[in-house]
Amino acid sequence: MDLESLVAHGLGQIDTAASDAALDDVRVRLLGKKGAITEQLKGVSALAVAERPAAGARINVAKVTLTQAIEARAAVLAGAAIARELAAGTIDVSLPGRGDSPGSLHPVTRTRLRIEEIFKRAGFSVVEGPEVEDDFHNFEALNIPANHPARAMHDTFYFGDGRLLRTHTSPVQVRAMQTTAPPLRLIMPGRVYRCDSDQTHTPMFHQVEGLVLDENIGFAHLKAILRRFVSAFFEKPLEIRLRPSYFPFTEPSAEVDCQCAFCEGKGCRICKHTGWLEVLGCGVVHPNVLRNCGLDPERIGGYAFGMGIERFAMLRYDVTDLRAFFENDLRFLSQFGRL
Amino acid sequence: MKVSVAWLAEYVDVGTDVSALAKLLTMAGFEVEAVTPAAPPFTGVVVAEVLKTERHPDADKLNVCQVLGADSQTVTIVCGASNVRPGIKVPLAQVGARLPAEVVIQRAKLRGIESFGMLCSARELGLGENSEGLLELPANATTGQNLREALTLDDAVLTVNFTPNRGDALSVLGLAREVSVLRNTALKVPPIPAVAATVPNTLETRLSAPNACPRLLGRVLVGLNPKALTPLYMQERLRRAGLRSRGPLVDVTNYVMLELGQPMHAYDLRQLQSFLEVRLAAAGETLTLLEGSTVALEPDMLIIADATGPVGLAGVMGGLKSAIAQDTCDVFLEVAFFNPDAIAGRGRRFGLLTDASQRFERGVDPLAQVRALERATALLLEIAGGAAGPVIETCEAAALPTRPPIELSHAYLARLLGVSIAPNLVVSILSSLGFVVEATASGVRAIAPSWRFDVTQSADLVEEVARIYGYNAIPEIDAPMPQRPGLVPEGLIAPERLAETLVARGYSEVINYTFVDPKMQGLLFPSRTALALKNPISSELAEMRVSLWPGLLKVLGDNVRRQQSRVKIFEFGRRFIVKDIDLTELNTISGLLFGPALSEQWGTQKRVADFYDLKNDVEALFAASGQGLELRVESLPCLHPGRSARVLSSAGPCGWLGELHPQLARALDLSHAPYLFEIDMVALTSAVVPSAVEISKFPAVRRDLAVVVDETITFNQLRASVTVAASSLEHKIVIFDVYRGPGIETGRKSVALGLIFQEILRTLTESEVDGAMLAVRQQLERDVGAVCRD
Repeated sequence: MDLESLVAHGLGQIDTAASDAALDDVRVRLLGKKGAITEQLKGVSALAVAERPAAGARINVAKVTLTQAIEARAAVLAGAAIARELAAGTIDVSLPGRGDSPGSLHPVTRTRLRIEEIFKRAGFSVVEGPEVEDDFHNFEALNIPANHPARAMHDTFYFGDGRLLRTHTSPVQVRAMQTTAPPLRLIMPGRVYRCDSDQTHTPMFHQVEGLVLDENIGFAHLKAILRRFVSAFFEKPLEIRLRPSYFPFTEPSAEVDCQCAFCEGKGCRICKHTGWLEVLGCGVVHPNVLRNCGLDPERIGGYAFGMGIERFAMLRYDVTDLRAFFENDLRFLSQFGRL
Repeated sequence: MKVSVAWLAEYVDVGTDVSALAKLLTMAGFEVEAVTPAAPPFTGVVVAEVLKTERHPDADKLNVCQVLGADSQTVTIVCGASNVRPGIKVPLAQVGARLPAEVVIQRAKLRGIESFGMLCSARELGLGENSEGLLELPANATTGQNLREALTLDDAVLTVNFTPNRGDALSVLGLAREVSVLRNTALKVPPIPAVAATVPNTLETRLSAPNACPRLLGRVLVGLNPKALTPLYMQERLRRAGLRSRGPLVDVTNYVMLELGQPMHAYDLRQLQSFLEVRLAAAGETLTLLEGSTVALEPDMLIIADATGPVGLAGVMGGLKSAIAQDTCDVFLEVAFFNPDAIAGRGRRFGLLTDASQRFERGVDPLAQVRALERATALLLEIAGGAAGPVIETCEAAALPTRPPIELSHAYLARLLGVSIAPNLVVSILSSLGFVVEATASGVRAIAPSWRFDVTQSADLVEEVARIYGYNAIPEIDAPMPQRPGLVPEGLIAPERLAETLVARGYSEVINYTFVDPKMQGLLFPSRTALALKNPISSELAEMRVSLWPGLLKVLGDNVRRQQSRVKIFEFGRRFIVKDIDLTELNTISGLLFGPALSEQWGTQKRVADFYDLKNDVEALFAASGQGLELRVESLPCLHPGRSARVLSSAGPCGWLGELHPQLARALDLSHAPYLFEIDMVALTSAVVPSAVEISKFPAVRRDLAVVVDETITFNQLRASVTVAASSLEHKIVIFDVYRGPGIETGRKSVALGLIFQEILRTLTESEVDGAMLAVRQQLERDVGAVCRD
């Protein structure tokens, strides 16, 4: 066969090779050691010396043409093979993923961590104290002597040996003041206990106590941090109002209402149409408390506040029944996910 | 306390807007919880007198009454009330009257007899819940008068929450004082003239505990008419304050207490022997109280006694024996000042919180006794006639409370409030509150009024100034903040990060009460001592938990009952460990795993979660701290003895994990046993700060080995053996199969191990690895009787 026919025939075979193997067969027949093109090259030596360069060049051109055609065909075959593989490998992506799904953090923990985080960013540290307390730390040091009428506000659980379950997180303040020199900037979260159980009271609940002590801290600073806190917590600018109140361990004392986060003060079901939500209690640390903790009220002072975590969790997450927090129904808990 | 606005208005101008008054009081520290009308709106109701009643000819339960109403007209009313009878005065809703609940009264024929209106019960007029019978008005009510006028019903009642420090405001007078300051208007105190004695009768009084009771006033009143009626206005005011009318002798003492804040007591003079004394109770004395109960008195309780013994628990409640009776004509009125410390908490020991004790334990004005006694005398003589003896006063002046001057510097005021208040404003605020104030070089010197027991030091003055200045007028100021970067100890893991680890692995956090059911706890931990509450809220919440497991198991049970088949829960919190008398509160993290390893899904093999799933979760907790999990075979009575272990940390045992004992699972009515872990938080929260080691650049060589050993041989034993034999080369061990069944004798198992050798500094040679593997096989044969197959 002459060279031209050989190339034409070869190209035809290449184009019809249906698989990698068939294409390789064609390559061997054309370009292999005993292939047609190789045979042609061997024939060049039989030609006259003057004809050899031209003949050689022609054969090389043919070889390049065929080689390129083989590579092109190989690429086409590879593409088709991948397309087939992909078609065969198509899956139903709408089927659910396999494995375990995450659980959830308790809404009270979630709220506590949020409150802690907000205050940490303002430079507060978190400290804890014991839940089984003594009379001194829970009452006496906080300016609530025996028989004080304020004790009636605390339905206390007793163990009968002088120990009791703390009725508030305020004893942690006392312990902090006794052990750490001011300036202090503390958040004290924890479980507290009152002997009371009905629709709006559980015998255990959670509080966060705050304490700031320094040489020049007063009521105006307290107002600033509280307004910023409620605005940060509810993620909207909210006003607060302070009503004079009474706590034995602060003087002056105040109850804090924050503008209703739901109606922004217009009045709604949540705020009982008052536009305000009672959210925490606070005041300037009572000089007797400072003295009881070994501090000089003429030099050091500051503010303290306390809030119920459940109250904030209910407002934040639309929980309408306090008791749901301690029933631990997984259908309730699973709504809160991760922080 | 409930206060009638109309009564308050007699003492101070309250303005015309009741809701503004309520807000003013609330913002000054007297939280007004509710403003309720004294009566709902109604019209056309007059005071009527029933003249005659006849049984209705055609109805057993109806009476045909002739009633004298407005304009001296007699009308016929058909009435079904059982208490209708001639002579009583009752409300008459005339034809055309509009009653609450949209009722309009019309002429109506009842079984053939025409009725020109309706006689009303308290409930029909919204004056109370009582719908049994007609509202009987006092006999001295004016017939024909509009009922709203007769009873001053166009009035509102404020329900005020008093804080424990403000006993001085627990009266119309006290609240009026506050209103006068807040509204900047004068207090209108009606004069209380002294009533001259017209009879010489007296009773000896003695102060035997003068520190507790430094002042006692008394007066004998004789010849009072026991049939006298309490005037309508007084009955209504008592009703609005939430008190029932009990006849003029008792009503007057209550009325004066509500008005002036001074509790007082009226004794039946016949029952008092020889003298009246205020003293501490003697051991063994008892007293039968007005409400019927007999209490054992304690030596720190102040009592009123006569020659025969106790007749009253001072400042709390009188005794039954000397109480006013239906036929009492002669009384002894007692008005005392008791020191708050002598009264505080005493009544509460008997579960008594009375109007008197509430006031005395907060502090009653030590100068108020004379006025209260004169006021009560005048009212009683006016209502019930009779004659008064002279005022008997015994007083130990030195024991009366003193009001020493208090210094307040402007600098201190400014520091506590964060704002300066003009000195003259400070003076005027304190003066308006009744303080005697004088300016000093640095501030003011103030003497508190006799009625204030809560102002003893400068901070108390600061509160008074701030309260009247207005808390909301004080600006918000940013505190100066020290620039101290916070410490972030990398070796401490926050407990919430451990919680997050468990949440990511499918666990939900629960929060349980820290007091648990002693039965459940005893079942799980029969030998641990728990701290028991003296006054638990219920027998199921009676002792402090020694473990978080009782709570977790309760939650499991509750959720299984709610049809949850898969429960993965954890809790972190304290458990309370008692050793002798020492108590340790241990921060603990505990979890429970129950049900399928995975929620129902496609493409995975269904299996129940087991020990190794739980172990992996616990390993994940330890991974956060950079420590490995180490276990020791050991068990607790509540765990399956063959499927439990003690968790160890570098500091020693720190927890447990395992399967609940099958007997307990059955006792708790569970289909199968849950897996539990409990670890002391401290073991998980101290982390190792990472320190990097060099990694190898040379290829690893892996050799697998199957060893057949007895069932009793543990993975730990195999690993120890391999480690000893292969210790000449750096290596890791993986276990990739445990097989029991055909091909392996019963009682034995085949464990497939992979050994991966890799040196840091060089490529290993085949012969080195072969040598190590040979050593491993020989060691395993020697140590654990293994038969090895490559």
